[in-house]
Amino acid sequence: MILQQVFDGLTLGIVYALIAVGYSLVFGVLRLVNFAHGATYAFGAHIAMVVVVSTNFGLFWAIIISVIMTGLMTMFMDRIALRPLRAKKSKGISALITTIGCSYIIQNALMIVFGSRSKWFPKIFDYGNFQIGNVLVKSTQVGIITVSVVLLLLLTFIVQKTKIGLAMRAVQQNAKAASLMGIDVNRVISFTFFLGGASAAVAGSLISGYYQIVNPQMGFIAGLKAFSAAVLGGIGILHGAVFGGLVVGLAESFAAFYIGGGYRDAVAFIILIVVLIFRPNGLFGKKVIEKV
Amino acid sequence: MPKPILELKDINTYYGMIHAVKGINMEISKGEIVALIGSNGAGKSTTLNTIAGLLKPKKGQIIYDGKDLSHSSAAEIVKMGICLSPEGREVFPDLSVQDNLKLGAFTRKDRAMIQRDYDKVYSLFPRLYERKVQVAKTLSGGEQQMLAIGRALMSDPKVLLLDEPSLGLSPNLVMLIFDLIKDIKKLGVTILLVEQNAKMALKTADRAYVLETGRITLEGTGKQLLTDDNVRKAYLGNI
Ligand SMILES: Nc1ncnc2c1ncn2[C@@H]1O[C@H](COP(=O)(O)OP(=O)(O)OP(=O)(O)O)[C@@H](O)[C@H]1O
Ligand SMILES: [Mg+2]
Repeated sequence: MILQQVFDGLTLGIVYALIAVGYSLVFGVLRLVNFAHGATYAFGAHIAMVVVVSTNFGLFWAIIISVIMTGLMTMFMDRIALRPLRAKKSKGISALITTIGCSYIIQNALMIVFGSRSKWFPKIFDYGNFQIGNVLVKSTQVGIITVSVVLLLLLTFIVQKTKIGLAMRAVQQNAKAASLMGIDVNRVISFTFFLGGASAAVAGSLISGYYQIVNPQMGFIAGLKAFSAAVLGGIGILHGAVFGGLVVGLAESFAAFYIGGGYRDAVAFIILIVVLIFRPNGLFGKKVIEKV
Repeated sequence: MPKPILELKDINTYYGMIHAVKGINMEISKGEIVALIGSNGAGKSTTLNTIAGLLKPKKGQIIYDGKDLSHSSAAEIVKMGICLSPEGREVFPDLSVQDNLKLGAFTRKDRAMIQRDYDKVYSLFPRLYERKVQVAKTLSGGEQQMLAIGRALMSDPKVLLLDEPSLGLSPNLVMLIFDLIKDIKKLGVTILLVEQNAKMALKTADRAYVLETGRITLEGTGKQLLTDDNVRKAYLGNI
């Protein structure tokens, strides 16, 4: 029985991880919590949904289109709402409030276009179920885990091994020095937003394909939980976000089973609060963030 | 005098209401070491940051190679061949020495030439070679300074701007840094050097400017300024 909870928890957790890295990436380069990230996740799911139901491209291409459009949408959000604040060197709190505003603008736009009721989403990776020992394994879950792991590895590769990834790390550590190296800091920030939006779109599509439902408000609680996952692991640290996501997913799965479905959302935050009391910078966080 | 590679014409830079640089004019010829000296708060770093594009002058022109840079971004200016090694080193603390140097060459594409420049930097600073894989924050102050200069050289600059390269270094390291500056000149790089250590700077420089509260008050060859009474009183401790 326990193994079943573990497997179900890991499925959820790996998707939380995918959302959490979006928070972490943006926080890394901007020291900003992007509160529009949850709405971005909902946006991604809706784009995939509308492409599937209105064209005959199929789910795979629908998700690809959603990834591109969601990535571009987040770049656009940064360009028109956040970059002017940076140019004026305004306080961090202004940018934070702006992301909360953007979150509602995106969510309301989804409601206006798609209506506020829940809508059908096709089941993803639907190749039946099988039994391993006494664990019921759904093909959907295997697909979700596989896609998420591949994507997390890809994101890690981009950040650790590519030239643009090196630029991201440079901006993260010292934006002024980065611009002295000839790095276009705004372009790096745009790219980071694109990655965050793209991974949120995949996460939104995967979760919608799992529950077979989309809803404009779906990003609110998922966003908060993934944010707590990112903080739990140490925000700005990629493997921390992945670990945090898995912890939150597992905790939720166990809480739903042993305590009752009503507590599944609370448990992520209980863990967060407890961890922060003992490790204020998160599990993998360093003592101080060096800021030059 | 040959045509200057870099020329500042009536440059004025502000921080909000604070008028930090008040209409300065400078000319730097190809291959020279020019020193800019002055007391704390005179506007030396502001001048270098303005040339490097970190600050925008409110008035005036920065002519480099016949083009006006005063509206170009920091990134564009690096691409054109002017690189600043900033005050306080500003290395990337959690990146290795090698990655710091790699970032110095960020705008360049010519792999073979970049490799040649790694070799050049490592031969100028053998200590960096020994610490290639070490993260920058664990280097000593002097080593971080070498890294900051080496990183700037990796952009293959025509003009190198150095802001207080000897700051906080022990006397023998100061000597080493100034020797290196002369070595860099021999590689054909033009250098604009800002220094608190006026004596060493004037000894090293071909020419120098004295900056006081945002204005140039004196200019001449290094030798002339070393023997100038006012300079001796104000900056050389009357020796
Ligand atoms: N970011 C800033 N905001 C407001 N004023 C500034 C800022 N940076 C410098 N200043 C002011 O501009 C003036 C020139 O400063 P600058 O840093 O250029 O001096 P400096 O000659 O480099 O001095 P030091 O030798 O101490 O480095 C000073 O009066 C300083 O207070
Ligand atoms: Mg200074």
